[in-house]
Amino acid sequence: MEITAIITALCLVLGSLLGITGGIGVYRLPDFFTRLHACGITDSACAFLILSGLMFQTGTSLETVKLLFILIFLLITSPTSTHALAKAALNSGETPLMEQQQTQQKREER
Amino acid sequence: MLEAIYGASCLAILAVMGLALLRAVLGPSAFDRLMAVNMFGTKTVLLISVFGFLTGRPDFLDIALIYALVNFLGTIAVLRFFEGRKTPACYDEPAEEQKE
Amino acid sequence: MELFIDITLLTFLCITALAITVIRKLFCAVMLAGIFSLLSACLFVSMDAVDVAFTEAAVGTGIATVLMLAALNLSHSREKCPPYQPLLALLVVCTTGAVLVYGTMDLPAFGDATAPIHHHVAPRYIEQSQQEIGPPNFVTSILASYRGYDTLAETVVIFTAGLSVVALLGIRDRRGGQSITTDRSAMKGYLVLRVVTKLLLPFIFLFALYVQFHGDYGPGGGFQAGVIFASGVIIHSLTLGRDRTLKAFPQRFLTILATAGVLLYGGTGLAAMVRGGNFLDYSVLGATALAGQHLGIFLVELGVGVTVFASMTLMYYAFSYRKEA
Repeated sequence: MEITAIITALCLVLGSLLGITGGIGVYRLPDFFTRLHACGITDSACAFLILSGLMFQTGTSLETVKLLFILIFLLITSPTSTHALAKAALNSGETPLMEQQQTQQKREER
Repeated sequence: MLEAIYGASCLAILAVMGLALLRAVLGPSAFDRLMAVNMFGTKTVLLISVFGFLTGRPDFLDIALIYALVNFLGTIAVLRFFEGRKTPACYDEPAEEQKE
Repeated sequence: MELFIDITLLTFLCITALAITVIRKLFCAVMLAGIFSLLSACLFVSMDAVDVAFTEAAVGTGIATVLMLAALNLSHSREKCPPYQPLLALLVVCTTGAVLVYGTMDLPAFGDATAPIHHHVAPRYIEQSQQEIGPPNFVTSILASYRGYDTLAETVVIFTAGLSVVALLGIRDRRGGQSITTDRSAMKGYLVLRVVTKLLLPFIFLFALYVQFHGDYGPGGGFQAGVIFASGVIIHSLTLGRDRTLKAFPQRFLTILATAGVLLYGGTGLAAMVRGGNFLDYSVLGATALAGQHLGIFLVELGVGVTVFASMTLMYYAFSYRKEA
C-alpha cells in the first residue's frame, strides 16, 4: 500500500473521531459556553485533518488548490464565528457555568 | 481500502450532523441553535468534499467552496439581529414555555 | 453506501421539517430552515444534481436566512396560535398527501433507464449539445440556449420581485449629514469580525466572477454568481455599516443595473432577430454557429447575473433599512 493512502486514512479516521467527539460534546455538555468550546475546537481540527487527508489523494491538480482554499477559508471563518458567538452571548447576559457556580457558593457561604 | 475509509468518514460526519440537529431542535437558548447551524454548515462542507471522493468525482468541490465562503454570513446576520435587542433570551427561554 | 447516506439525509430532512412545523418561535424556525437548506444541498449532491445543489448552496444559507431575519425584524417573534383546531386543514392535507403518494405508484422506479423522461429530449441534450451549442456543461446549454425563453421569463420574474419589494417597502436613502465614522449600524464591538470580513470580501467577489464566467465548464452560471455577489454586499453592509454600502452600491445604480440585465438578455434576442434568426437563436450572432452560441450564452448569462445581483441587493436594502432609517 502506498504511503499517501496510509496518511489519508490516518487523517480521515482521526478527523472523524474528533468530529464525533465534538458532536457528543455539543449534545451532552451542560451549558452554552462548554458546548461552544466543544464545537469550536473540534470543528477547526476536524476540518483541517479531513481536508488535508483528502489533499494527499489529488496530487497536484486544480482539486488540490480548491481543497486548500476551502481549508483556508474554514480556518478563517470558523474561529471567527465562534468568537463572535461567544462574545454576543456574553454581552447579552448569558453567564458561564463556572461563574454561576461561584456566585452560588458565595451565597451559600453567607 | 480507501473507499471504506471514505465511507466511514461520511458516516461519522452524518452522525455529527445528527447530534448537531438534535441540539438545534432542543435549544434551549437561541445561541445554542445558532451554534448548531454553524457546526452543521462546517460538517456539510466536509460531507460534500468526502462524498465527492467516495463517488470518484471531486467536481463537487465548488459547492463546498461556496459554503466555506458564505456560510458565516448567516451567523453575522443573526448576531446583527440580536445586537439591537437587550434581551435576545426572550426569543428562546424555557420560562416562556411554562407561562403558557 | 450511497443509498444509506441518502436515506439518513432524508430522515434528517423529515425531522427538520417536522420540527419547523411544531416550533412556534419564529427565530428557531429560521435557524432550522437554514439546516433544511444545508441538508437539501447534500441530497442534491448525492443525487448528482450539481447545478441545483450549487443554487441551493448560494441561496439557502446566506440570502434566505438574511431575508427571513429581516422580515422577522419587522414582525413578531412568535407565530400566533390559531383560535380554532385546524382539523379540517389537517384532513385536507392528509388526503392530498395520500393522493400524491398513490400517484407516485404509477411513476417509473428510481433510476429506471426506460422511464419516458429519459427518452423525450434528454438524449438530444446529452449527445448533441456539444456539437450544437458548445459548452462542456450541458446544463448551461439547456438553460441559456435550448430553454432560453424560460430563463428569460425567470429573469423577468426576479426583476419584478425585486421591483415590487422596493415599491411596497421603499428604501430610505439618507443623504448627507451622517458621516461614515458615526454610522451606528456598523458592528463596532466586533473588531475581529470586521477585520475578517475585509479579508474575505475580495475572495467572495472573485469567486462570484469565477462562477459567472466558468459556468460553461463547471457548475454555476449567472444566477448563482449574482446571488454570491449579493451575499458579499450583504456581508459588507452587515459588518461595515449601511452608509458605506450605500456609498459603494447606491440604490439608483442598482435599479439601473437590474434593468440593464433584463435589457441585455432581451437585447441579445432582438439582435439575433436583426441578424435574421429567431428570437434568442444565438447561432446567427457570430461567424460560425458555435461562435454565435458562445457569444450569446456569454451575454445572456451576464444579463441574468447582473439582474439577480441587483434585485437581491435591492430586496435586502428594502427589508433591512426600513426600520433603521
